[in-house]
Amino acid sequence: MSIVIEPAATNVSAPGIVQRLWTDALFARIVVVIFVLLLWEIAGHTIFDQDFISPPSSIIAALPRVLRDPNIIWALSVTFYELVVAFIIALIGGLLIGIPVGLHGFTTRSALPLILLAYSIPQVTILPLFVLWFGVDSASKIAFGVSHGIFPVILNVIAGAQTVENAHLTAARSMGATRFQILRRVILPHMTPSLFAGLRLGMSATLLGVLLAELYVSTGGIGYYTKLYSESFDPPAMFSLVVCLALMAVVLNETVRRAEKRASFWRVQGDNAQSQR
Amino acid sequence: MNGMSSGWQARAIQIGSVAALFLLWDFVGERKLINAILLPAPRAVFWKFVALAQTSALYTHLFVTLMELVLGFLIAAAAGLSLGYFIGRSRYGTMVFEPLLAGVFAVPIVIFLPIFLLFFGIGPSSKIAFGATYAFFPIVLNTIGGISQVDDRYVRVARAMGADDMQMFRRVLLPAALPVIVTGLRIGCIIGFLSIIGSEMIAGIEGLGSQIVRLGEAMNTAEMFAYILFVIFFAIILNTGLSHLQARFAIPGDGR
Repeated sequence: MSIVIEPAATNVSAPGIVQRLWTDALFARIVVVIFVLLLWEIAGHTIFDQDFISPPSSIIAALPRVLRDPNIIWALSVTFYELVVAFIIALIGGLLIGIPVGLHGFTTRSALPLILLAYSIPQVTILPLFVLWFGVDSASKIAFGVSHGIFPVILNVIAGAQTVENAHLTAARSMGATRFQILRRVILPHMTPSLFAGLRLGMSATLLGVLLAELYVSTGGIGYYTKLYSESFDPPAMFSLVVCLALMAVVLNETVRRAEKRASFWRVQGDNAQSQR
Repeated sequence: MNGMSSGWQARAIQIGSVAALFLLWDFVGERKLINAILLPAPRAVFWKFVALAQTSALYTHLFVTLMELVLGFLIAAAAGLSLGYFIGRSRYGTMVFEPLLAGVFAVPIVIFLPIFLLFFGIGPSSKIAFGATYAFFPIVLNTIGGISQVDDRYVRVARAMGADDMQMFRRVLLPAALPVIVTGLRIGCIIGFLSIIGSEMIAGIEGLGSQIVRLGEAMNTAEMFAYILFVIFFAIILNTGLSHLQARFAIPGDGR
């Protein structure tokens, strides 16, 4: 009797997985990713030339070799340093420009169109100017990252500062708050949700700027090694480097996103966040 | 809030600061306060531009870049629209695929540029592929968003009245989703253009981007500025033109 029940049980579990694929979105997502990687693995061994594309397994195999090279670690940390510095400058600059512009109706009306005008210039076109002005080292990457990252921060800070209620400002002032106290206790808390929305956009823009400049010209950063590996036909090493960069991007984006969630828990999330572009 | 009374003052400040910046640039350039290699005088740039517009070099490179843009955009639109339609049509498909696509788009795709160069070479095909990849994501995400946000009642009513798939697509889904889809196409086109220029700059032999870099490396900054201004104008024209087009497409959503 038990022998009869056995196949019946497996018959139930096989449709179980299929059924899960059609009901559990997260499970299906993982299956899709595995399927794509599997397809890539098979194609890498059959269709593609191993000199140009490498399957996931050889990328993973190359990862320790790449990460054991102290030059690569140095290059990764240089890129990370450029990203962090550029982001911090974009954050501070964005606050310094955005708060005064956004707090008063008149300054907003006069300065906002100018900022939008500057933002509408496609910045890739002026990348060579940054290299011309700031040199081939980290300074040009940081400057280019800042020029990308600062605009979303400014625009969202302006949007946030506009939501500060005049009654709150007047109340704080009449209770004898100093300018710094008003900034610290009234204006900044009011702006948090849109500020963090701006920071999230600013982070992805900074990543774009720094990595573009890094790929354009690089002496010791990650751009130099991606070029080196692709020119010396070592795709596993280059792919694993790209994986490291992608991980770095994901970690930085996720950090800002987490911070956003924590900072705006007391408000409806992103209620006045202005998403640009 | 104070009404229109201070409107002209704000406008005056805007025009004034742009004019002041320009005059400062002209002053610095004419007096040669900054090395002309680092910042050429605006008049020199202008005359270079006039001279450039009369040669064929500008148009040859413009043609290469435009060809790359058109092909890349067509690939991205074909892939993005069809994939977005099939994913967006099913609620579950949206739940599975939308986060995956949005997650990939959150990674700056520039880091994959070396792979494109390795695979497609430094000719136009790598730029087409790179531009198409960048343009694909806004198009597919907006198509999914547009199709999946169509009010369920419309779909159910149309089904109840016996609409087949084609009629459903033609009469219900498309008109309701079109404004969002067209926005995606516009964003995709702009992003595609910029990423093509960017990839031409990083590794290219022809096209506007590579020309900017070549002139910069030859320290011929006045001509480089002329090219940069041309690309900026072109991008602005592209953007405003597409915005107008988008505004026209927004209307069918209202026509019942």
